[in-house]
Amino acid sequence: MKYLQSFFGVIVNFSRRYMFLVIALGVSNIQIVGAQELGDHQYTSEAIERGSRIYSRECALCHGPQGDIVDGVNLRVGIFKNVRSDDDLRTVVSQGAGQGQMPAFGLNAADLDGIVAFIRAGFDPDGVAVRIGDPARGRVIFEGKGECVSCHRVNGIGPRTAPDLSEIGAVRTPSVLQQNLLDPSAAILPINRPVRLVTLTEETVLGRRLNEDTYTVQVIDSDERLRSFRKSDLATYEISMQPSKEPTSLSGEEVADVVGYLLTLRGQ
Amino acid sequence: MNFNIRLLQTFLLYYITFASLTSIAQVPYERILNSNEEPENWLTYNGGYMSQRHSLLNQVTRENVDRLELKWVLQNQVFGAWQSNPIIVDGVMYVTERPNSVMAVDAVNGRVFWKYRHQNADNALVCCGANNRGVAVLNDKVYMGTLDAQLVALDRINGQLLWKAEVGDVDAAYSVTMAPLAVKDKIMVGVGGGEFGIRGYVAAFDAETGEQAWKTYTIPGPGEAGHDSWEGDDWEHGGAPVWITGSFDPDLNLTYWGVGNPGPDWNAGQRPGDNLHSDSAIALNADTGELEWYFQFTPNDAYDYDSVQVPVLADMVWRGEPRKLMMWANRNGYFYVLDRTNGEFLEGKPYVRVNWSSGLDEGGRPIPTPQPEGMPTYPGNQGGTNWYPPSFSPSTGLFYFSAWEDYATIYRAEESEYIPGRAFLGGGFSVLAPSPGAPTIGIGRTNPINNWTSEVGYAALKAMDPQTGEAVWSYDQFDVSDSGMLTTASDLLFTGGREGYFHGIDAQSGDLLWNVNLGGQIVMAPVTYMVEGVQYVSVISGNSLSTFALEE
Repeated sequence: MKYLQSFFGVIVNFSRRYMFLVIALGVSNIQIVGAQELGDHQYTSEAIERGSRIYSRECALCHGPQGDIVDGVNLRVGIFKNVRSDDDLRTVVSQGAGQGQMPAFGLNAADLDGIVAFIRAGFDPDGVAVRIGDPARGRVIFEGKGECVSCHRVNGIGPRTAPDLSEIGAVRTPSVLQQNLLDPSAAILPINRPVRLVTLTEETVLGRRLNEDTYTVQVIDSDERLRSFRKSDLATYEISMQPSKEPTSLSGEEVADVVGYLLTLRGQ
Repeated sequence: MNFNIRLLQTFLLYYITFASLTSIAQVPYERILNSNEEPENWLTYNGGYMSQRHSLLNQVTRENVDRLELKWVLQNQVFGAWQSNPIIVDGVMYVTERPNSVMAVDAVNGRVFWKYRHQNADNALVCCGANNRGVAVLNDKVYMGTLDAQLVALDRINGQLLWKAEVGDVDAAYSVTMAPLAVKDKIMVGVGGGEFGIRGYVAAFDAETGEQAWKTYTIPGPGEAGHDSWEGDDWEHGGAPVWITGSFDPDLNLTYWGVGNPGPDWNAGQRPGDNLHSDSAIALNADTGELEWYFQFTPNDAYDYDSVQVPVLADMVWRGEPRKLMMWANRNGYFYVLDRTNGEFLEGKPYVRVNWSSGLDEGGRPIPTPQPEGMPTYPGNQGGTNWYPPSFSPSTGLFYFSAWEDYATIYRAEESEYIPGRAFLGGGFSVLAPSPGAPTIGIGRTNPINNWTSEVGYAALKAMDPQTGEAVWSYDQFDVSDSGMLTTASDLLFTGGREGYFHGIDAQSGDLLWNVNLGGQIVMAPVTYMVEGVQYVSVISGNSLSTFALEE
């Protein structure tokens, strides 16, 4: 229940106004797509709301509630097979795709606009309200007093012990990035939880979980080695519910700047 | 006296004719009826009319199971969940491939004799993947249902198409994904389309000609009993599909079917009433299709708790009395024991966390406790279990199935307009996740990394004692599982899961005896058969059908 409250707490405060703020800042080098992109057009909150209903009626069954069920496609964060523009999106919805794997949908123009708006809004019917600050200042904080680079790697620089953030702006919404700084234990993805293993030969390994199944676990250890263990070979296997980092002591302004910087990290 | 001699002569003639037919390896109804007498074959989807998926073969034992080795692999040429259940007749395996191909395969070496490809209509529509779960065999024919709602009959020897029958209207999104059931001289199939506002039914076709013999709607029409469980015209597009193969009791002459969700799926308020016979077990007369009894598990379902599980039949002494039972681990989270002569509710208990209902009344009707809007409902949308075939072992007396533990969904209901051939869902859902944006369980596994982790849900293979309605033991996996079960007379249990491990488990104790990583999700039950004195165990993992036998 704790998760639900915090999750919805963030979502509810998430308004679309700051999307416009990003544009108003005129940061020309930001290539924002996915949750942050306004697409070729600007859409009203009514369109997003309409799209939300159309999505759950027509799309969610195959694409999933988070838009990530179809292999190679993540609608919510803007990962597509061929789509780039909003018109591409309209074409795929109206004409189908994947040689018949996705059927054609005969939606009217308003419904079609709605579905594009909902996808471009990162599936958030309530819009965006996370403060997004100055990316250049954010980068200075990220590499300096924020101490982010002591664990995270960006574009080939920094350690690999924590998740590489080179593409984080493409896969996380602003609200989740903000929450990761303010309340990391509520935002950490389960797979990333730190683990502590003690083998039957009494070796202690600290690391980050990469994958796990019934009988084995794969980790990157504190020396950046890829390790795989049979659970039957372990005397102790602990998964920490707390991430390695504490809630940030940065000011609200600085958090906004860091979020702004993270959103520019979109990979190669 | 003369009459009796004539009768004897007739019988003799019949016997000789019959014997000559069987000598060319026919599969008459009598062979399927007595499939326990030939455990070397696997003659129906569920391994026999009782649907126990229990084999009397015992060459592979708990002692030697760790000497199983891979004998051959058949690679599927089509990507996507491979849910087909092979049938094995006298050394030939019949298995289907997405979307609607049938292959006849040498069961000893995996080489293909023939392959038939059905071309589906362009507008064939299914909710959850271009699945096909296998064929039925009868006499000299193989039967397959198709995504465009046809039933095709093929020559079992050469794969030639003999006839096609229309089962349903593809334009209104009717489809067939189940393996047909052959009973006497008829081939029975149900229709899918519960997410598209169909009106479900089971239909029987003449096995020789393809002519429809009967068709029984799962939703009663005007004037029929139960029609008043619907309001207005809701019944015309109320769903209640039948997409999993049923069972048959020859003594009672009843076929049993699990019926799916009412439509629209998640807006129960839009279709007031119990919505019979959605989410029910139904018993249909094998000759006429007439409904003999029903038992509804989830009245006015708001959670997509399809009751399309396999009706598993068993005759046993139950709490001191010999009974004809039906066992049912339902998607709604409850395990049921019913009297299959009349549908009487005998026992029912939750096997996973359930909060949509606080329990069952003495007639087995759930006491509803709907959760407030935005709060999680247990079990989640895929259910405590789903269509994955269970097994009942008469040897251990236990019922085995795949359950999903700690898995919940947040539902959203909204008004939905019925438009023929279009999705009719009435809202949506999201899976409860430990942190915002975290990956959650999907319909299948396409990523080799389990990034949702057991925090979103995990599998428990449960061994249920029908005497108590409770689990005797549970074998947990880190990921969820859509795998079915196979038990054998040597008290071995074979099963898999999304992780791609194929497990050999002690059916008495639940101890793991052997396993192998086959790498791809196992989303159907294993089967076993014997050719030339060698017992084989086959399982589909990912895009491969792997067959094992003891090392020589």
